[in-house]
Amino acid sequence: MSKKYDAGVKEYRDTYWTPDYVPLDTDLLACFKCTGQEGVPKEEVAAAVAAESSTGTWSTVWSELLTDLDFYKGRCYRIEDVPGDKESFYAFIAYPLDLFEEGSVTNVLTSLVGNVFGFKALRHLRLEDIRFPMAFIKTCPGPPNGICVERDRMNKYGRPLLGCTIKPKLGLSGKNYGRVVYECLRGGLDFTKDDENINSQPFQRWQNRFEFVAEAVELAQEETGEKKGHYLNCTAATPEEMYERAEFAKELGQPIIMHDYITGGFTANTGLSKWCRKNGMLLHIHRAMHAVIDRHPKHGIHFRVLAKCLRLSGGDQLHTGTVVGKLEGDRQTTLGFIDQLRESFIPEDRTRGNFFDQDWGSMPGVFAVASGGIHVWHMPALVAIFGDDSVLQFGGGTHGHPWGSAAGAAANRVALEACVKARNAGREIEKEGRDILMEAAKHSPELAIALETWKEIKFEFDTVDKLDVG
Amino acid sequence: MPFKSTVGDYQTVATLETFGFLPPMTQDEIYDQIAYIIAQGWSPLVEHVHPSRSMATYWSFWKLPFFGEKDLGVIVNELESCHRAYPDHHVRLVGYDAYTQSQGACFVVFEGR
Repeated sequence: MSKKYDAGVKEYRDTYWTPDYVPLDTDLLACFKCTGQEGVPKEEVAAAVAAESSTGTWSTVWSELLTDLDFYKGRCYRIEDVPGDKESFYAFIAYPLDLFEEGSVTNVLTSLVGNVFGFKALRHLRLEDIRFPMAFIKTCPGPPNGICVERDRMNKYGRPLLGCTIKPKLGLSGKNYGRVVYECLRGGLDFTKDDENINSQPFQRWQNRFEFVAEAVELAQEETGEKKGHYLNCTAATPEEMYERAEFAKELGQPIIMHDYITGGFTANTGLSKWCRKNGMLLHIHRAMHAVIDRHPKHGIHFRVLAKCLRLSGGDQLHTGTVVGKLEGDRQTTLGFIDQLRESFIPEDRTRGNFFDQDWGSMPGVFAVASGGIHVWHMPALVAIFGDDSVLQFGGGTHGHPWGSAAGAAANRVALEACVKARNAGREIEKEGRDILMEAAKHSPELAIALETWKEIKFEFDTVDKLDVG
Repeated sequence: MPFKSTVGDYQTVATLETFGFLPPMTQDEIYDQIAYIIAQGWSPLVEHVHPSRSMATYWSFWKLPFFGEKDLGVIVNELESCHRAYPDHHVRLVGYDAYTQSQGACFVVFEGR
């Protein structure tokens, strides 16, 4: 072991490891999973993380003495073993409120997951959870509308909402794209969605797409007598273009727009969310790039943190994975972070991966969006897992229907309503799922064909990132 | 390749939101849904509207919400009374959730013509 690390971290432990400290209600608390370099004691690693993510730098500097650094420093106040893992441990760190700018998730992340992640004394580092204090939460804008307002605007009650991403995701002209939107919505979906890859490419410029989509939404609404929407993706290269697109969506009378909050960035997202609040627009949030950050069990940021940050930054719907479809995500963990999106108080519960009590106060809730490789056979499980305050999105599971997207949409709508009705009547829908769907199919040839089409598709791979259990 | 005659034609249907894609419920099935609303601690309420205004946010209340009502029979009677009084109106049953200030349940029981 080189001596360099010892020299660097020794100082940290003296200042930043404070096992007697009792965190304040106003402190921002963080739990990191740390994997140190061989031979470096846990306390030194943990203290280094506290230091590098708050006031510390590698060397003592004279100008520290111009302020009361004890008032501003982050402190590691607890270290815990990771169940079933000998090389890693959890470090709990308390940060004083004054380290962060009011209402800026950007600022919190720049501090907590900044330089420290490249720190040489660490092999891996993962931010598992943040407890945001109420004093900080009250400075954040939060969801522009929230679950209650969205239900009232869209007139959808007593069931999950139903959506679908337009496919093929790239290459359609504006008019052809609008056609697919129209087919899905007339078939019984509540929402359709721009694929996240769709911004404003040469084959389909955004203005052209928005116009055709608006016509499709309007027409479907007229013909079905139900409220409809399409998430118009406003993610763009610059904030100016993003706002220009949002303004045009509003001009067209559309109810909802969309943003990719990680590739677009938290600052852009918070700005757009505030615009949505001001302009009566719903905001759907995509999470491209999240798996780069959250999938490795020992390095990066857990998605529950990214989900909490989104609720603070603002969005009315956020993708959460499906548990049952083609994308990563285990059930307990997913339940843990969808609670963080929707509930007002979530107690510490390690079996769901929640490391702290989290009080959201009066902040509105965010719809959980389940999307990716799901089809009608998954419906009973999805309704059971996600409950009513969710948007279930079937892409291939809508357009892949042998009769086309409208029939695929109708099949999903019938399946969804059959499951909700059965749940309300007290049936165990996951256990009796097959019977419920087969009964419903008697009244719906569209569903009968969908059940036949997708009967063999399963995505049974083990998840890479699991909860830490002994 | 010849056109596959197995492809069906999907006709757009006008529907009334939740449960609009299911066949009309039987009396027993309606009982089950009312029991669910009451078990959740929600207040049952009955609303009606002329079909020409079905997309309006506000439908007319039938009386007032039945706050604290636990008797399924009472709610069924109110639904039927409303339907008799306004035979050409849609009549819907709502489970109002005061905690979320939203509707935990909402579906049309009688369709007007």
